[in-house]
Amino acid sequence: MPHVLVFAETRGGELRKVAFEAVTAARQLATQIGGDVHAVVAGAPGVGGNATALAEHGADVVYVCEHGALANYNAEACAALVAERAGAGDYRAVVFAASAQGKDLAPRTAARMRTTIATDVTSFRVDGDALVVTHPGYTGKVVQTLRLSGSPALFSVRPGAVAAEKVQGAGRVEQVPPPVDPSASRVVVTSVALGDTKKLDLGEAPVIVSGGRGLRSAENFKLVEDLAAAFGNAAVGATRAVTDEGWRPHTDQIGQTGRLVSPDLYVAVGISGAIQHLAGMRTSRWIVAINKDKEAPIFKIADFGIVGDVFEVVPALTEAVKAAKQGG
Amino acid sequence: MKIAVCIKRVPEMDVAFKIAPSGTAIDETGLKWDISDFDGYAVEAALQMTEKSGAGEVHVICLGPDVVQETLRKALSMGCARAVQLKVDKVPFDPFAIATALAAELKDGGYDLVMFGKMSIDSASGAVGLMVADILGVPMVQGCSKLEIADGKGTARREIEGGGEIVSFPLPAAVSIDEGIARPRYPSLKGIMSAKKKPLETKPAQLGEIRLTVEKMELPAGRAAGRIVGEGSAAVPELVRLLKTEAKVL
Repeated sequence: MPHVLVFAETRGGELRKVAFEAVTAARQLATQIGGDVHAVVAGAPGVGGNATALAEHGADVVYVCEHGALANYNAEACAALVAERAGAGDYRAVVFAASAQGKDLAPRTAARMRTTIATDVTSFRVDGDALVVTHPGYTGKVVQTLRLSGSPALFSVRPGAVAAEKVQGAGRVEQVPPPVDPSASRVVVTSVALGDTKKLDLGEAPVIVSGGRGLRSAENFKLVEDLAAAFGNAAVGATRAVTDEGWRPHTDQIGQTGRLVSPDLYVAVGISGAIQHLAGMRTSRWIVAINKDKEAPIFKIADFGIVGDVFEVVPALTEAVKAAKQGG
Repeated sequence: MKIAVCIKRVPEMDVAFKIAPSGTAIDETGLKWDISDFDGYAVEAALQMTEKSGAGEVHVICLGPDVVQETLRKALSMGCARAVQLKVDKVPFDPFAIATALAAELKDGGYDLVMFGKMSIDSASGAVGLMVADILGVPMVQGCSKLEIADGKGTARREIEGGGEIVSFPLPAAVSIDEGIARPRYPSLKGIMSAKKKPLETKPAQLGEIRLTVEKMELPAGRAAGRIVGEGSAAVPELVRLLKTEAKVL
């Protein structure tokens, strides 16, 4: 009986949220085809301690590969490992997260296996001999339904597209040696520069407060940061105009050529709503817009809009959100 | 240093797309086309590297029908030395099929560095560059936002959630380019004139087997029309009430 293989992503030895989402995706697929879920986790010695959490999300087997040179993300060694595991069993599919790491690892692994991949999918289902997936393209303006033939079928799941679920799997742990020497990889991560580690990533934050040119200066982003802090579970984003001005780093840019986000709540502060920007956030569940120009395009897609001066409205909203968070 | 940059011709994105009657493609009527955004950054970064070192040249490769020659000419007018069209009637969706054709062209080219955009902005797979590198057997860094090449070695920064990874690798290698590295230049008049005399070869593309195809394209479900809650800070209490009771995010 065919099974489903899934790569469980870690950073600094800890499983990431996307790992549970990927395992849940694998579980859903395995249920459709009547197979088991086999997870692969790689890292420095001790990473196998994550097996219990993977089992709680539906992993029936956890392959643990431990090596000192796997402490940081080791692209070549991980690709070789997943390709080797995929070849060692009867697998209908191999699942990855379409995170920064998965975007690198998944196509690499597919090429190792001399096969193709569907990346960044938002839904998937078995259809006869094929896997049918959806994948947003054209900066989110077109939904592409793709047919993936061949077995195993490799695909990566967009972060947030599948909600992690707890389902108890058998969780049998098996240590596997790395198929190639991880210390011989040519591509080496020499350091990881994390910003404020308490800072939520745009791809993972339930709330995003984002600022546009209407804020007029880098200093005024404090308004946005204060509102984000009031929510407590929010990340700060920006428009391209803002990152081009250097008010915020490029990595904060939300839009066509930046990050594509879909949080539960997106608060657009002083953002007019250029098509370029809307492409990156239009799939947010709820959109709030605050802008002084009532004709701004952002109001056409905002669930709740306030027409007004951001320097007056945002501090008032920050206080009200703080009060709501405290008072329940 | 000899650099190859693989580019794709894509429609400009600042339009409302329509779906073609086939239901498996966009309606291309009236669309303007150009080098895919990230591929343009790769071309610019490659040109800057050869200009800075004063040695080497940049070759540009594009897979597609004859209309891609226009896109290749633009890259030549920016300063690339030579262009190759890998001819197919229609660009397939399958990234491995495309990577197979690009790798066949690149393998005997003697390139120190092969560059890509981190993804094409239309199909948005982000897989081709990584796959080409694997077929060629060279190290690959995906999504570089910074790149330095010196003494046969490269150092790059990749953006990851909440930060960046600093990565080192030996040449020959492949890299794909993220935003922030370099804004593509506009071709100068001199560049446009000289591009007409630069070599542009056309060869049949040796595509790999196609296992991933487009079954359907559709426009995403639209959002309901927007709603203005009120004006100024007086509207804040009502907004907070809606966030609590309707959106349930507070």
